[in-house]
This record gives sequence, C-alpha cells and structure tokens, in this order.
Amino acid sequence: MKITYIFIILFAFLGCKDTKNKDDFAESNNKVTSTPLGENVEAIDLEIYDFSGFKKFLNRRDDKVYVINFWATWCAPCVKELPHFEKLNQQYKKDNVEVILVSLDFPHLYESKLKPYIKEKNIQSKVIALDDLDMNSWIPQVNENWSGSIPATIIYKRENSKFYEQSFNYNELESALKPFLK
Amino acid sequence: MKKLIKLISVAVVLLFVSAFTINNSIGEGYKIGDVAEDFYLKNIDDNMVSLSNYKDAKGFIITFTCNTCPFAVMYEDRVQALNEKYEPKGFPVIAIMPNDTSVKPGDAFPEMKKRAKQKGFTFPYLIDEEQKVYPKFGATKTPHMYVLERTEKGHVVKYIGAIDDNYRDASAVKVKYVENAVDALLSGKEVEQKETKAIGCSIKTAKNN
Repeated sequence: MKITYIFIILFAFLGCKDTKNKDDFAESNNKVTSTPLGENVEAIDLEIYDFSGFKKFLNRRDDKVYVINFWATWCAPCVKELPHFEKLNQQYKKDNVEVILVSLDFPHLYESKLKPYIKEKNIQSKVIALDDLDMNSWIPQVNENWSGSIPATIIYKRENSKFYEQSFNYNELESALKPFLK
Repeated sequence: MKKLIKLISVAVVLLFVSAFTINNSIGEGYKIGDVAEDFYLKNIDDNMVSLSNYKDAKGFIITFTCNTCPFAVMYEDRVQALNEKYEPKGFPVIAIMPNDTSVKPGDAFPEMKKRAKQKGFTFPYLIDEEQKVYPKFGATKTPHMYVLERTEKGHVVKYIGAIDDNYRDASAVKVKYVENAVDALLSGKEVEQKETKAIGCSIKTAKNN
C-alpha cells in the first residue's frame, strides 16, 4: 500500500518537473537538477498533500494530543523552534502526544532543501508537506484567525483545539500542551 | 440618572474587556473601513516619506515587504508592475520594510538600497526603523498588502491581504486581488473581495526571535 503511495508521489513529482515553466526559479532549478536522483535523500518518504488530503491531520478523533506545527526550511524562526517540537515529541510520546511538522516549503525545493534538512537534523517527528496554492481558501479553514504568517501551531485533542500564530521556546510550548494532558 | 451612569460605566468596562480579549486572539491593527494614520519614514533615497507628500494621490497600495522572505522576493516584480500600472492612475505603491534588521541583517538599510537598485524599483522603499508603523496596520508578515483610499475622512483601508492567488507563477494567476480592489475604487465601486489570506514570513522582532 505504502509503496503505491511512494510511486504516486514520485510520478506526481516527475510530472511536475516536466510541465514546470523553465523560467520560474531558474536559480533554484539548477540546484534541483544538480542533486543526483537516487541519492540517499530519495530514501526519505515524504508525504505530500493538498489541503483536502491534509485535512484529516486536523480532524483526528482518537485519544492522542496532536501538536501540528506549520513551518518551512526558509523560515528562520521556524527552524529555530523546531528542536523544541522535537524534544516535546520525545518527552511526551508516553503521554500519547504526537508532533506533526507540516512543511510549507516550495515543491521545487523538496529534494534539494527539505529532504536534506530532515536527514541532516535527523528529525524524528513526522514531517509531511502541504502544497496547495489556493491559500486564501485553506488558511481560514485551518483557523479563521490565522493571518498566514509562520511559524503557526495547533494543539488539539478531539474537539478541543488551540491555535498559536507565534514562536515558542520549550517552556512556553510545554505549558501550552499541559492543559490537553488531563 | 445615577443608575444610568452606573449602567454606562459597566457597559464601557465590558466593552473594554471584550475588546481586549478579542484583540488578543485576532491581532490588532486596522480593519476594513478604518482610517489609517499617516506615517513619516525614511526612504532608500534618504528622504522622509509620508502619505501627505502625495498631493494628487487618490489612494495608495501599501506593501509590507523585505529582501529576505522568499514569498516577498517572488512578488517583487509584481509589486513593481503594480506601481507602473497604478501610479499614473493615482494609486502609487509604497513599500515598507518592517523587520528588525539586527535579526535580519539582509534587510538592513544599505541592503534595501542595493536590492531596490538591482530590481529597479520605481516606488519608495521605506524602513520602519522603530517598528511602530507595521503594528498600527496590523501587518503580521511579508508580503502583506493594504489598499487605502483617500477620502474626506482620511486614508480609508479598503483591502487587506495578498497580491493575487498564485505566489508561484505570475502567469498562472486567476484572481488579481489588489488590482481588482484598485480598479473597483477607480471606478467608484465597492471592493468585492476585501480580505484574503496567504502564507508569508512573520515580521521579525528582537522578541520573536
């Protein structure tokens, strides 16, 4: 099952590359092509969703507390707070907490930036990529008060949910999580 | 009479409390229909710029933007195109760089000058050095656009949000939010889509970094 997904994603990828305008991001495209395919970053299984596919991650109704962090490798404060989310994921796994890191990186940089970053930092939390151009329709569906700046974080358990358009240090993050642990 | 005063003061207190609690969650700053205060900020040509300098403007396209945010960079040419199209019609672009440059050295004033020269910006590129202007607008990210209309009341906020609906590919844009807003104002109509959302880089302050 999973293998089929990987194939679908891979195909979607190759498809994109072909149809993409050559003029767009000329500089960065060079970098993409210079990353040899089949290198070890390819082994990283990155799930890529549009918003309709992604929505399920905001609507889980099991016993877990989900900490959903919107970030990107190009976003300095996001990258800075990422270790805190990693630590939270480690420390609170036993309390049924799961951190999901939702990357808003640009699709043409998944291979050259995002995957190498995940590998280099040895990120243990689940990383998924959200690629949906229609931001004006999906941002308010994540939270109607979100202006669209990142980092942004949702902590939820079943119907109980809190949204934060801010950066966290570890203590702040821990205290934001605490009310959900009872 | 006393009762009435009591009632009014209770109402005022309640209003205050609710205003604060609501503001906490949705952020402060101008809403559609608010009158924007004028500002006095340094341009890359070292002159100071205010809205009141523009005697003949019918309004403004204000963009909070910077050198270092990839979204802002992807929109640079489109901001320049907006100025070329709308300055002659009375809606010039004014760009304001809101980041703390000690956090983002790439946005420092000399870097702003360089970038503007490289890209051939024909609009002012101002620095919000004290970071006091962007909070008044309620800007949270770059790029963050505001369309103002000059009226007898002052400069009224008519549109807040993104430039268009496709950051990645200017040629694949379906809806040009800012152009539609300005076109509506130029023909004396109501702006249809008054607010839009888009991902952007948070505005950098010493505190949030």
